[in-house]
Amino acid sequence: MAPRVVVDLRSAISVINQFPALAGIDLQVTEGEIVLVQGPNGAGKTTLLRLCAGLATLAGGSGTVLDHDLDHAEPRRRLRREAGLLAHETYLYDELTVEENVSFWAEANRVDPTTIDPVLDRLELGERLRGVRVGDLSAGQRRRTSLAVLVCRRPRLWLLDEPHGGLDRAGRDLVDDLIRHAVRFGATVMLASHDLDRATAVATRVVTLAGGRVADSGVRHADVTDDRERPLDERVEDHDAP
Amino acid sequence: MLRDAWLMARKDLRIELASKVTIGQILPFGALVLILFGLAVSPDLTVLGTDRRSVLAQASPGLFWMAVLFAALLTLGRSFAIESADGKLDALRMAGLDPAGIFLGKMLAVTAQLAALEIVLGFGAFVLYNAPLARPLQLIVVVIAATTAITSAGTLYAALGSGLRVRDTLVPLLVLPVLAPVLLAAALSTEAAVFGESSGGWPWTLLLGVFALLYVGVGMLAFGPIMEES
Repeated sequence: MAPRVVVDLRSAISVINQFPALAGIDLQVTEGEIVLVQGPNGAGKTTLLRLCAGLATLAGGSGTVLDHDLDHAEPRRRLRREAGLLAHETYLYDELTVEENVSFWAEANRVDPTTIDPVLDRLELGERLRGVRVGDLSAGQRRRTSLAVLVCRRPRLWLLDEPHGGLDRAGRDLVDDLIRHAVRFGATVMLASHDLDRATAVATRVVTLAGGRVADSGVRHADVTDDRERPLDERVEDHDAP
Repeated sequence: MLRDAWLMARKDLRIELASKVTIGQILPFGALVLILFGLAVSPDLTVLGTDRRSVLAQASPGLFWMAVLFAALLTLGRSFAIESADGKLDALRMAGLDPAGIFLGKMLAVTAQLAALEIVLGFGAFVLYNAPLARPLQLIVVVIAATTAITSAGTLYAALGSGLRVRDTLVPLLVLPVLAPVLLAAALSTEAAVFGESSGGWPWTLLLGVFALLYVGVGMLAFGPIMEES
């Protein structure tokens, strides 16, 4: 059976402040892929991720993400609940603690609160940092907190904009582990990164953007979803383990 | 919707408890406004045709609501500065929270903070301006209706300006004309409650209630499209 297409963009145009940030993109991403989106500054990487998150709108062309039509408002709203975006911004409230931030976003995203503690421990935000105000954290610790919010959501489509930014080596390794873990459980990942050595190592395909278009849609060169044939209950156990 | 409203209100009040901006900065600002109004009007001037009622006491309802309005502008600005910083409006959209719930939650949190300010500023106004209090229950009804009208209209316009770089100057320009009728009705109905005037002031109080319902309704309907455009 052919893998399911998760992202299907055809001549997609997206305009930001009257500038066509995406100027006719054709891109298909199938379930289980880890697609690295690379390109120079202003190539349209962030806009592409925002379009796939349902935050940016289509000004031309057509597109579906997770079977939601990007051309209409209501499907875009439904898509947002199924996709997870890690952006340049942290989405965190400086005045609240790590635990209060993650709990707030977990409740907003209707996440089971029992998943919070294992995720905080997995991201090394447990004992020492959970009670610290986010405004007092380092950039790397803030990034880990944003990642914790994303992991709690368990999105079907992970959209990561510079996920390694601000992290030390252990943090970058952790991001790569989380990506592989999510894909093993059936998620699809698109990431934009300037840390090409690291991102290329984790990606199964590299897509190159230039001037708001796809310059090279790449070739799928690896598959990390090789345990899909395992029984579902085993995969669930793996996923539930922090 | 109510679940989302409660979630947002709890979060905003928790942020206020942690930062203490309302107590530490906005309350002193409101108190200063009251004092400066008091200095601008001589306490020796009396109103003709009254039993030596001072001009300051006579004007106290209007001065009180002006101070509340200025404090409300700061509280509303702060409420949406929190959300527009660091991309949190995007995160709220990604979470799929009910826009009407977000509106109600933000409004409830601002209302709670403003109510706390009004208690202190109201006490200050009675002391500084030597105003009487003939009908306290009526005053409570007036304060609830006027506060709801101010925070609902203010929340709507603060959200409208939240995505703009010039929001700090634009939001007051948008909100103050809209709240001018509310200020008028609040001042006249408060005057009736404070001085126990025979006219009663209930028509003005009723008008305040209509404003409050109208702005809450419009806010709940319009907040979704406003968030999409922010």
